Amino acid sequence: MKLKLIIVALLGLGLSFSAHAHRFWILPAATVLSGEDPWVTFDAAVSNDVFFFNHFPLRPDNITATAPDGSNVELQNPHVGKHRSVFDLQLTQEGTYRIGGASEGLVATWTNEDGERRRWPGRGETANPEDFDTAVPKKADDLKVVYGTRRNETYVTAGAPTETVFTPSNSGLELQPISHPNDLYNGETARFRFLFEGEPAAGTKVTVVPDGIRYRDAQDDFSVEADADGIIAIDWPGAGRYWLEAEYGDDQATPPATMRQGSYVLTLEVLPQ
Amino acid sequence: MKSPHAPLPKLLYPLLLAALVALPSAASADTLLSVELPRLNVAEYHRPYLAAWVMEQQTGEVTNLAVWYQLDEEGKEWLKDLRQWWRRSGRKLDMPVDAFTGATKPPGVYDIELDGQLAGLPDGQYTLHVEASREVGGRELLKIDFAWPAAEPLNLSAEGEEELGTVTLSLAP
Repeated sequence: MKLKLIIVALLGLGLSFSAHAHRFWILPAATVLSGEDPWVTFDAAVSNDVFFFNHFPLRPDNITATAPDGSNVELQNPHVGKHRSVFDLQLTQEGTYRIGGASEGLVATWTNEDGERRRWPGRGETANPEDFDTAVPKKADDLKVVYGTRRNETYVTAGAPTETVFTPSNSGLELQPISHPNDLYNGETARFRFLFEGEPAAGTKVTVVPDGIRYRDAQDDFSVEADADGIIAIDWPGAGRYWLEAEYGDDQATPPATMRQGSYVLTLEVLPQ
Repeated sequence: MKSPHAPLPKLLYPLLLAALVALPSAASADTLLSVELPRLNVAEYHRPYLAAWVMEQQTGEVTNLAVWYQLDEEGKEWLKDLRQWWRRSGRKLDMPVDAFTGATKPPGVYDIELDGQLAGLPDGQYTLHVEASREVGGRELLKIDFAWPAAEPLNLSAEGEEELGTVTLSLAP
């Protein structure tokens, strides 16, 4: 298993699944497109202020675009700036494209004999799985080994929406459309199902943040929780763009991990009727 | 083929119409749609894109009556701005469709003959949608509910406020 702790290397945050991790997102300029082979431009950034660029770029090298037929599409005109990266995509096929990145890896934390907190890999370091056996003690106080997965996605559609890109990979936390992410309208309840490692992710906790944080005094975020089938229902406060983060965790991990966690980030557009 | 219907509820009775262009051969009571594209006092005027369609209220089945847009490859890029029409029908179509597509039109009143387009519809409750979207301008959607077939000759109207003027659906039994 080749581990690519992209976000870790990028942020120096480690795979912390705390609520205090930075928000990151891929923001399409449009999600619903018509015409012949339309172009869409994207911004990708790490920033807690949805959707303002003021912190860090999210590198295009770690972002893949998947066409309706399942093939990879090259990102055009990539540019990495100080606060954001930018790339374009030409939608030469009719249907729905997924644009996103994923990472996974083990993180261990424990308290050593001198009472000091330890973690592997160290903050900002990339884990080498071969080192696990030597770097992490077999027994230690508060020993936690977490298998963590992350996804960061958005979707755009040329013509009629399709569902081929939602075929689950059964790795990490994934979204299954009940409502299609590119067919969301204010005044209609949106429903999505979450899968973790291919199984319905009951109890997944989802936070939704509306666009435009700078122009209001509160985050105005709201939370929903998935039912036993992993399904969430969202009633939008209005048309606009939304940042959505879903988090799932349980203790059904494969050793040496004792816990497994999934984080899933999605940028959505909700249109007026 | 056509079955008698209960009288329409009062709210569907036609509104008093603003002065409309006299329709030719009104006596023959054709089924037609009249759409007014208002003359707008704006610095930069582009002819609106327009879509008119009927939707069966139970099944959601869509029948397109007219789609006016810039009839070239480039023009298709903005069809999505007819937001509801794009969702209900446009995105599933390979445009242009000879039966109902046409070029954009200047301000004026336009009559669209519907006899052929509505004739084959199953009996039921329908909603007429007329949606207009203008570059550097706004977007407006008008709806008129009606029963098909009509039990008696009816004129049903809706008034636009920005991008559309008077829209009248004339139904002949």
